[in-house]
Amino acid sequence: MTVQGILQLVVLLAVLALLAKPIGTYMYRVYHGERTFLDAVLRPVERGVYRFMGIDPAQEMRWTTYALALLAINAVGFIILFLLIVLQPYLPLNPQHFKHVPLWVAWNTAISFATNTNWQAYGGESTLSYLTQMWLVVQQFLSPITGVCFLLAMVRGFVRHNAETLGNFWQDFVRTLLWISIPLAIVATLVMVGLGTPQNFHAYTQVTTLQGGKQTIAQGPIASMNSIMQIGDNGGGYMNMNAGTPFESPNAASLTLQLLMGFLVPIGCIYLFGLMVKDVRQGWAIFVAMALMFAVGALVVYHSEAAGNPLLAHLHLAGHANMEGKETRFGPALSSLFENSTTAVSWGSTAAANDSLTPMGGLVMLFNMMTGEVIFGSWGVGMVGMLAFAVMAVFLAGLMVGRTPEYLGKKIQAYEVKMAVLAMIVPSFVILVFAALSVVLKAGRSGIFNHGPHGLSEVLYAFSSGVGNNGSAFGGLNAASPWYAATVGFAMLFGRFPMYLPALAMAGSLVKKQRVPASAGTFPTHGWLWILLLVGTVFIVGALTFFPALALGPIAEQFAMQAGKVF
Amino acid sequence: MQTEAVAGSGPAPSGGRRPGTEAFWNRDLVGRAFKEAVRKLHPRWMAHNPVMFVVEVGSVFTTADAIRYLASGNMVQFGFIAQISVWLWLTVLFSNFAEAMAEGRGQAQAAALRRTRTGVMAKKETPSGLQEVPGTDLVKGDVVVIVAGEVVPGDGEVIEGVAAIDESAITGESAPVVREAGGDRSAVTGGTLVISDRIRVRITAGRGETFLDRMIGLIEQASRQKTPNEIALAILLAGLTLIFIVVVVTLAPFSAYSHATVSVSVLIALLVCLAPTTIGGLLSAIGISGMNRLLQHNVIALSGRAIEAAGDVSAILLDKTGTLTMGNRQAVEFRPVAGVSEKELAEFALLSSLSDDTPEGRSIVKLAREKYGVNAQAEGGTFVPFTAQTRMSGLDFDGRVIRKGAGDSVAKHVQSLGGTVPDVLASVTQEVSKLGGTPLVVAVDNRCLGVIYLKDVVKVGIGERLGALRRAGIKTVMITGDNPLTAATIAKEVGVDEFLAEATPERKMEYIIDQKNQGYLVAMVGDGTNDAPALAHADVAVAMNTGTMAAREAGNMIDLDSNPQKLLDIVETGKQILITRGALTTFSVANDVAKYFAILPAMFVVAFPGLQALNIMHLTSPQTAILSAVIFNALIIPALIPLALRGVTYRPVDAATLLRNNVLVYGLGGLALPFVGIKLIDLLVTALHLVQTTVR
Repeated sequence: MTVQGILQLVVLLAVLALLAKPIGTYMYRVYHGERTFLDAVLRPVERGVYRFMGIDPAQEMRWTTYALALLAINAVGFIILFLLIVLQPYLPLNPQHFKHVPLWVAWNTAISFATNTNWQAYGGESTLSYLTQMWLVVQQFLSPITGVCFLLAMVRGFVRHNAETLGNFWQDFVRTLLWISIPLAIVATLVMVGLGTPQNFHAYTQVTTLQGGKQTIAQGPIASMNSIMQIGDNGGGYMNMNAGTPFESPNAASLTLQLLMGFLVPIGCIYLFGLMVKDVRQGWAIFVAMALMFAVGALVVYHSEAAGNPLLAHLHLAGHANMEGKETRFGPALSSLFENSTTAVSWGSTAAANDSLTPMGGLVMLFNMMTGEVIFGSWGVGMVGMLAFAVMAVFLAGLMVGRTPEYLGKKIQAYEVKMAVLAMIVPSFVILVFAALSVVLKAGRSGIFNHGPHGLSEVLYAFSSGVGNNGSAFGGLNAASPWYAATVGFAMLFGRFPMYLPALAMAGSLVKKQRVPASAGTFPTHGWLWILLLVGTVFIVGALTFFPALALGPIAEQFAMQAGKVF
Repeated sequence: MQTEAVAGSGPAPSGGRRPGTEAFWNRDLVGRAFKEAVRKLHPRWMAHNPVMFVVEVGSVFTTADAIRYLASGNMVQFGFIAQISVWLWLTVLFSNFAEAMAEGRGQAQAAALRRTRTGVMAKKETPSGLQEVPGTDLVKGDVVVIVAGEVVPGDGEVIEGVAAIDESAITGESAPVVREAGGDRSAVTGGTLVISDRIRVRITAGRGETFLDRMIGLIEQASRQKTPNEIALAILLAGLTLIFIVVVVTLAPFSAYSHATVSVSVLIALLVCLAPTTIGGLLSAIGISGMNRLLQHNVIALSGRAIEAAGDVSAILLDKTGTLTMGNRQAVEFRPVAGVSEKELAEFALLSSLSDDTPEGRSIVKLAREKYGVNAQAEGGTFVPFTAQTRMSGLDFDGRVIRKGAGDSVAKHVQSLGGTVPDVLASVTQEVSKLGGTPLVVAVDNRCLGVIYLKDVVKVGIGERLGALRRAGIKTVMITGDNPLTAATIAKEVGVDEFLAEATPERKMEYIIDQKNQGYLVAMVGDGTNDAPALAHADVAVAMNTGTMAAREAGNMIDLDSNPQKLLDIVETGKQILITRGALTTFSVANDVAKYFAILPAMFVVAFPGLQALNIMHLTSPQTAILSAVIFNALIIPALIPLALRGVTYRPVDAATLLRNNVLVYGLGGLALPFVGIKLIDLLVTALHLVQTTVR
């Protein structure tokens, strides 16, 4: 490890801390109808959209209506995408004449982009037409927005009291799209084009290399896709290798920019939450808890990658860091940081091959996703996951102050606990059960490319990525096989909506409650003790569940590697 | 406010009166609890507690597994698995034992109460005259006659007569109380003893619904409902158990994939260790013993919800008189009008009070004698007692008419004798009012001499208790009939946060509703019928046992000692129950970390020798490690029974401090203790050669 490498992490966190407030404040102004610098252009557009769609933005929704609207927009996105993929050979904008896509891959891809997972069971540049790729871009706009709407409804459950409704979904949706997604994407695309990322509709170029070989250079509207991919924490990259290829990431500057873009809205969401509950300390406490877990994870990965693989020491390679599967341009420090971020912030696009990480590095990736993508997490959803953990932490430890546990002035009672438990149980179940089936069934076993504990890690990673709606791939797994395409598809589905619905139901119950005035007897949910309790809960409730499985996967592999054993 | 039963009302009399407050490990009680623990193994009973039910099912499996090994002659495996299943069964039994202990302590209390009412006969009024019937045959509306020496056959209301009644059977308070027809002191309770006079009582509760019946029913587990918070916690524990079941079930395929053979019994051992058995096993014991602890304070909660609400209370309404201040006022100063000396005023004040036997009168005499050295005697004077009409009292002595009383009545009296009231008198009385006192005007013949300053005396120690409540984040509100000026002064002196002056029953109720709308959970004490509406609105409504039936019906707790200060004990008990639950939950969940480190390496070290590095406790062998974890998991339950039954000590400090202390003890303690415990047990297991240890 180098000082420079560690400094990258420190600088990143410092920049995030600085950016959280302005972004969060801007978001707060957007959602509360306060003035922003884009109003002159966007207010008339907003009104136009409402008129055209026949929406009454003043119409408040109960949690059930809100959930229905949210599910509906995801369902519509899913259906359109599914049809586009299946009917691709008959539709325009397909200069490469790509053929039929297998049905299970279509299902997997459609779910993937409807749930903001963007797990890619296909190689983008060799499977999908320009039209399909462009609709993927549309989906990459839509699915993260539903995440923010989800958060807004949830936080309103805490903020409002003696009420019934959680806001208007369509208004939240339109405002996020107009004021946040589109402006950010435009700026990001322009900057990326400026840094050298292609944006065109050309057929792929055939070139003769210096050695005389033939090479096909894939291209297309890459900058526009990748900007929303990063901004929206989607991860549905244009190229199979994502940011590892020169066209998605021409230089270190563009990679760093992509890294930062992924964080923007998630950190804004944290500060927005603090503003909405009228106590920014609450937001900062969560920010620090997330940053703490992020920093530890990043350092562990970096340390492990920099230490490298002792089995290769006798080869006398230049340096001992683990460089397998990494871009030489980025090296272990930046690659580690990017990979830790991609699993933590849930954008899921990669800059290195995760399959080639050291086992400890892979363990951190798994930890980030198995805890439910709450270390910043993607748009809104990471924050909601953390709020569910906060409810859990308050309930577990809050009794110790001698009152019915309360969070943000709302009592946490049987119904809330039931919903929090449900939101937490289902993802764990799905990961463990599908992974267990995969290692015993022939269909699953035949898709695993590596033997021993590494194979188990690959399977665990796939389902964790699906359930966590992360979308990054470990590799080493036949993701396009019918078994994995179908099951990971279900994992993505179960990972998102069984968490949405209980969380919204909880908000629907909280919003009806009376607010308990804060006093000296209130459980303090800011400050260091709370931060540690929250981290402890994520660790004990969220991660320990997977400890036995991880012991047989990356942990066993790490010790075996140190002992010089291969499988 | 009735104060007969609260004479010298200090902290609750406690201890030694009832069975159940006796020695903690009463041998009788323990013996019965053991039997009960075995009886509770019935699956139908176990199903009430999902966590322990899972353990029981696991025990059945491991037992079957052990028998299988025995049959196949594999004695090494049999020895190991049999020991595991013994400890799993013990885990279930310990949990049942904890519950049985808590119930047993309650039942002992209930049995003592029930003894008081067996075989009571009642003289029922019938058209054909009085008729002897068993007390249990009485129905609502019957009228009975009770004379001195008889036991009251059922709950009722005095409709005729006055009697002194010994209520010690219920309250433990030996001083008799007076019950009379009409007014706020008409309620009598079944099981109490009439010691003087004769009363007619209308029965207000039939068989099985009397106060005593309800009390007994509540104490016995049959009618114990889970409190809302207990239900929430039970859901969480069931959820965690469910997660761990999936973890363990999926571990079988994972280990098969990894070529690591793990027996079903070992998987079950892991499941039991991970499941929150510690809190799961003690949860109901905590709830039951909480109710018992309230009963030891002589408070009966009519619902579990009320106990929990007591812990949540954020505003407490306290009556000024009798709760915050002594029931009577004391003279502290004489304030003469112009032209009269203090000494002269003191002398006549003394004379006016010489035969006045009220505490106020005695305090005037004492003040005059001690501070002003007056020593007048009034041999041969005629005492004029206080009446509601004159609102004055005094002495006719030596041809002089000496009176003291409320300002306006004395003024009228003076004017009727042809005197004039000095202008300055009004300002003197007002000053005294402003200081929070009660002014009594003294007059001799047709002259007003001045004012006696009677002051409310704040009870000793009340300031500290209110301070404790404030530190715990609870707002205290003083309720008084005084005018706002007086109330403000007393409120400041006592140290309450708010006050409600010139309180009427309606204003009290409105105030409570307003506080509730602001999100406060309100607790109050009441006794009179006019308190009933306010009691009905309060979240924690403590009715005095001396109070009227209406008040008792409206309350959700009854204080048998009728000590209004008890509210503070109730709040603390409520908090204690919640803290105990939280502490043991945190402890239980934190325990899992160490258990993982004990069992996981033991399970997989054969397949992956590298995992030996996770054996940070350096346990001897996989077998000793697993057995030690299971033993620790079982033994921790009985070890914590005293804590569950007595409750975690509650100190009134702010939530942040409380949280920090408890997280340190039960959170970090819960992380660290099992590491030490399992290691020690492992050393013992190894030393005793309890299992064959395969050396690696």
